[in-house]
Amino acid sequence: MFQDVSQRADRATVSITIDGVIHQVPEGYTVAAALLATGRNASRSTLVSGQSRGPYCLMGVCYECLVEVDGIPNRQGCMTEVRDGMAIRRQQGVGVVGQATEQQEVGDGR
Amino acid sequence: MNECDLAIVGGGMVGSALGYGLARAGAEVVMLDQGDRDLRAARGNFGLLWVQGKGADCPAYAHWTLLSTRLWPSFAEELKQLTGIDVQYQRRGGIHYCLDDRELSDYADELARQAAVSDGAFQYQMLDARELQAFEPNLAPDLPGGGYSPNDGHVNPLFLLRALQAGFVTHGGSYRPRHSVQSIERLADGFLLQTEQGELRAGKVILAAGLDNQRLAPMLGLQQPLHPQRGQLLITERLPPLLKYPSIYLRQTGEGTIQIGDSAENSGLDDSNTVTVMAELAARAIRLLPALRQRRIVRGWGALRVLSPDGYPLYDRSAEAGPQAFAFSCHSGVTLAAAHALQLAPMLLQGELDSSLSAFCPRRFQD
Amino acid sequence: MDADLAIVGAGPAGMAAAVQARQLGLSVVLLDEQPRAGGQIYRNIERPALRDRAILGPDYYAGAQLAEAFRDSGCRHISGATVWQITPEGQLFYSSEGASASLNCRHVLIASGAQERPMPIPGWTLPGVMTAGAAQILLKNPGLAAQDAVFAGSGPLLYLIVWQYLQAGIRVKAVLDTMPAGNYRSALRQLGGALRGRHYLIKGLKLFREIKRAGIPFIRGVTELEALGDSGSGVSQVRYRAKGRQALIDTRQLFLHQGVVPNVNLAMASGCEHRWNDRQLCWTPKLDPWGQSSQSHISIAGDGSGIGGAVAAALRGRLAVQQIACLLGRQTAAQRDASSRQWRRQLQRELAFRPFLDTLYRPTEPFRKPVREEVMVCRCEEVTLGDIRAAAAQGCMGPNQLKSFTRCGMGPCQGRQCGLTVSELMAELNQQPVEDSGYYRLRAPVKPLNLGELATLADPAATIDQETANEH
Repeated sequence: MFQDVSQRADRATVSITIDGVIHQVPEGYTVAAALLATGRNASRSTLVSGQSRGPYCLMGVCYECLVEVDGIPNRQGCMTEVRDGMAIRRQQGVGVVGQATEQQEVGDGR
Repeated sequence: MNECDLAIVGGGMVGSALGYGLARAGAEVVMLDQGDRDLRAARGNFGLLWVQGKGADCPAYAHWTLLSTRLWPSFAEELKQLTGIDVQYQRRGGIHYCLDDRELSDYADELARQAAVSDGAFQYQMLDARELQAFEPNLAPDLPGGGYSPNDGHVNPLFLLRALQAGFVTHGGSYRPRHSVQSIERLADGFLLQTEQGELRAGKVILAAGLDNQRLAPMLGLQQPLHPQRGQLLITERLPPLLKYPSIYLRQTGEGTIQIGDSAENSGLDDSNTVTVMAELAARAIRLLPALRQRRIVRGWGALRVLSPDGYPLYDRSAEAGPQAFAFSCHSGVTLAAAHALQLAPMLLQGELDSSLSAFCPRRFQD
Repeated sequence: MDADLAIVGAGPAGMAAAVQARQLGLSVVLLDEQPRAGGQIYRNIERPALRDRAILGPDYYAGAQLAEAFRDSGCRHISGATVWQITPEGQLFYSSEGASASLNCRHVLIASGAQERPMPIPGWTLPGVMTAGAAQILLKNPGLAAQDAVFAGSGPLLYLIVWQYLQAGIRVKAVLDTMPAGNYRSALRQLGGALRGRHYLIKGLKLFREIKRAGIPFIRGVTELEALGDSGSGVSQVRYRAKGRQALIDTRQLFLHQGVVPNVNLAMASGCEHRWNDRQLCWTPKLDPWGQSSQSHISIAGDGSGIGGAVAAALRGRLAVQQIACLLGRQTAAQRDASSRQWRRQLQRELAFRPFLDTLYRPTEPFRKPVREEVMVCRCEEVTLGDIRAAAAQGCMGPNQLKSFTRCGMGPCQGRQCGLTVSELMAELNQQPVEDSGYYRLRAPVKPLNLGELATLADPAATIDQETANEH
């Protein structure tokens, strides 16, 4: 579990939701940092096998921390800073534009 | 082994399908392929098994295409049984979207002519705007219509190439990558091929080297008048089901990605991709399927089509007595893969091309 | 022309280059993906998150001076911008705040830095397994650290981060060091260079001493590593083997590291030739002594031109600009050489230490090329070592055919997490030198790109709707 070692209790915070749960996090947090700081080590499930993945590189090169941000899926959590009112959803499968994501069965039947 | 009955020059879609068919029929075949970074049309393929719009002005092409699509279902199954590779064959039909009313009426004429030359084997239905929506509810509602044919389908072309090569090897073929062929010499009892990794003697030679056929064919007294045409592709991230049918512009793959394609440029042998064309492809894709606006491409690609002067295949056989040489090229290697493997390959073993294929003889350009 | 020079990347190389270019009178635009300048090493340097400066240490805060000079240089800084293509004509396309735009500059300097070398051990895809660089990024901004983590691998950055955790008062469960003892022997041959960089050696030894004194379990000679756990809850244990004995450690957080490698995607996709660098075990661009690439309008500086560290990166940035100014007619070759002499000497001194480090921390084969069939090589498309071996057995001749046949490298990271592993694996499976086996052919866009954004670049008089040939 990640904890804050900044010793800056005075930092301004913003209000965000993660999977519908409201959290206050300091300004300047990335979405990936907000997930980790709130005890979530996974950000999505993969489309190939459905296994969970979480933030890995934190510098924008691994594409593991993909999440849905304000209805847009596949945002890089480590490259997106939180904003007041931001709605973050951990992503299951492909993600659907403009609605809560649901597990999508994508077989070879299409 | 530096001797073989039969050498195929080229490990792309045409060479691999022929190699598969020949090895399957029991021939002793060596397939010579180039390296990992050489020009490869097979890696830029759109994966359509396409009948619509093919052969209205060339009945032989219409028939050959239809024959191949009839062979495809059992061919895909055979590859899967043999190699374990599912090429994602699917035939639910395909749709050509028309972008304006004039294109729609011209297209209706073209399909009518195609149906007239195909002895009833080509089925189709013109769709108006409402019918198109019923077929593909996610398309933009203001499209004027299109053409639907149940004869059309699609596969994963990359897995198809892999399956053909795997099947070739399973049937005893010898696949040799990094064996670019520098020259071929005709001997009294066969051919001597100089490759980047030494000599190979072969009783028969089959050229299926794509654009490189232009260079190699004259060495065997064959003709392959070809030119490259660049096509660019975009591939999206994996998406929920948005498209039910493939088209020449958009195809949702078995993985869920959408391939966006169909550009054409003359760029010589430059197969890179350009912002200008990528942007136009993106704009058209969104015009057709508005849900794509907020989605991402993960990859852009460019590849060179192998085109003859009239766009139809070039099948040539050496006219001289003595050892036989053949040359094949076409730009519909996926659609025709089943016919190449199951029909054309046995003809090569017999040494004669069926008269139904005479329309594809390159000597047609001399008349 | 939008500017004389476009610089990609705001790390030490990019910032130093921008400052230098402005001093030589060039108009400069710098594009960087992060919201603030600093790159990875000086990340967030202008707004440090930690109140206690002792945690990150003086080397981090040394970046503040450069960042300030950069801010005052008069260089146009476009932050939050991802460059996704540099055309052969020198036009640069980038994405920023949901829109794509282009710049025409007379020369481009790529200073896109480094990333961590992939470390494909069993279980490396489990949630809770991250890179050690990620641990440091979280420390720099926003100031987060994980209690009771295990750090595994080798290399100066790994030990530095452990030390930084120590300064922050965070408990470290264990350090599992994968450096083989034999590396000491081979590194001794580079002793001359090591002595030229003795200030680094002294710093490193002090760091080790303090880690040791803190009582952190430091297990040397680790030859096998595996992250255990389940996909739902993430990593729960680390299994390792050292000196022939196997052991387990409970942890919810594993940080991996085995060195950094150039971030090659943009340079490769822009047509800059690269070579296999056997000492650093990575692809590095073919450059002249001024950092000019095989593309006449593109230079490369910083760790993207070969790993040299922050000080060397800044020097390379300045040297590249000396030549660029010369190419653009802003100074003579004599002026260029005169002002470069001192930097070149400093750079030589900096780089003299590298062979020693590269040799000492050369990762062993089992950590570069996985051993067990089920190990994931391509994280995006979930392609395993077994899948790759099967394709190679069938005659698959290189990374690009492998990509076609297995989807390895086809996902959104565009090969950044599997490319090096695949380079070495395919070379081995095909019994070729890595240089001949090659790398993925990278193309634009070098990062996933929004279609709506791309479409805005379309010419209204589009040409592709004319009758075209189908692809099938």
